[in-house]
Amino acid sequence: MHISEGVLSAPVLAGGAALSAAGLALGLKKMDYDRLPRVALLSAVFFVASLIHLPVGPSSVHLVLNGLVGLLLGWAAFPAIFVGLTLQAILFQFGGLTGLGVNTFSMALPAVICYYACAPWLRRGRAALLLASFAAGFGSVLLAALLTALSLFLSGEAFLTSAAAIVLASLPGMALEGVITSLAVFFLRQARPSLLGAGPV
Amino acid sequence: MARPSPPAPRQATTHPLDHAPAPGLAARLDPRGKVVVALAYSLLLALCPGPLAPALGLGFSLGLAVWSGLGWRVFWRRALAVNAFVAFLWLFLPWRLGLGPAGGQITLSYNPQGLALAGLITLKANAIFLAVVALLGSSQINDIFHALAHLRLPAKLVTLFVLFYRYLHVMRREYLRLRQAMAVRCFTPGSNLHTYRSLAQLIGVLVLRSLDRSERVYQAMLCRGFAGTFWLLDHFHWRRRDTVFCSLGGAAILSLGLVQWGGTLWN
Repeated sequence: MHISEGVLSAPVLAGGAALSAAGLALGLKKMDYDRLPRVALLSAVFFVASLIHLPVGPSSVHLVLNGLVGLLLGWAAFPAIFVGLTLQAILFQFGGLTGLGVNTFSMALPAVICYYACAPWLRRGRAALLLASFAAGFGSVLLAALLTALSLFLSGEAFLTSAAAIVLASLPGMALEGVITSLAVFFLRQARPSLLGAGPV
Repeated sequence: MARPSPPAPRQATTHPLDHAPAPGLAARLDPRGKVVVALAYSLLLALCPGPLAPALGLGFSLGLAVWSGLGWRVFWRRALAVNAFVAFLWLFLPWRLGLGPAGGQITLSYNPQGLALAGLITLKANAIFLAVVALLGSSQINDIFHALAHLRLPAKLVTLFVLFYRYLHVMRREYLRLRQAMAVRCFTPGSNLHTYRSLAQLIGVLVLRSLDRSERVYQAMLCRGFAGTFWLLDHFHWRRRDTVFCSLGGAAILSLGLVQWGGTLWN
């Protein structure tokens, strides 16, 4: 769910911008110049993949993939997600410019949390890998929905119903995100075992 | 002497990623001025507590949209994206979630103030999006990134932007090619594990190919002497029309601010 312009209050916008700026600064600092093309191209892949619509019953959902971004990139998820969201704000008008800080933070923080919580389990056995990557996909979207709902709620009590609706509406997406993330990570381990669990790429 | 880059030839597809702004008045302005005006204007309108300034702003943005010469198709598609969320708010804002007297059970009560808030947000969201599309949508994306570099965004971030946008199209073509290959093998997406596994593997393949490609890209950059500095070869030329545009934009922003907050300042 992309919060449009003119919804969030000034303190929430300012807080989101400050937190995102801090995350971006840290992410850029941890990203050396030799990692830059890798992060850029992976951001491009995630942008393309997030445009895929997956059929779920009669409807369809699109992927967020911030769990996979976090597992692969660590702190560099902040700049990776920021460039994607900025392009979206310019090209599609999803989110908008003033909300960039809030939106980046609510997508990238769950990605970084996934990196610390789930990435260490990717080197264990097959069951641990599948479970950890499912948790990364599911948890990152759940956390992102909760943070989005929180930013709405902090902007005014009136948004409480909408915030609850956002979390409920993203529940089916979360489960699917978990399944896709774990299948994709499983594929990556089979195709290139050296990639996973050895620090951010 | 090459500022704003020449507009790319128009393509038959209208996918937003095939971004090709039409040549017009707005396209010839310096992107630096447009980025600053668009940001200031968005911020001002986003923070307005009352409907007066956003309503005036909507009129102003409509004027900008017509002046930009982008054509209504460009705006139509994005208007749908913006107003999908606005419609969602119209649906949920008039209802207040609460706990029943006994606690435990959740109640919904009608809240007419929510409708006013939804109306205010509709005005703001549409005013801001029209202006942003008119100003930023009329520039090449690379020119906008370039302007951001001139506006002192960290060099690493701008380099990331440029590489990301450059290879976004490559990876999208790669994705479409793989999807075509799947379609040739009679892949029809449905709600089943086979679909999800196939698409997850497709994403995995894209990740691996992007990693391999990034190695080659980095080696090519090193061959051309990349040592951490992203050189800005183009330098924008500030012209009189840019000064005129920025002063007009600044005057509009100031007067909207005065309309909104002038009364409180006066008192």
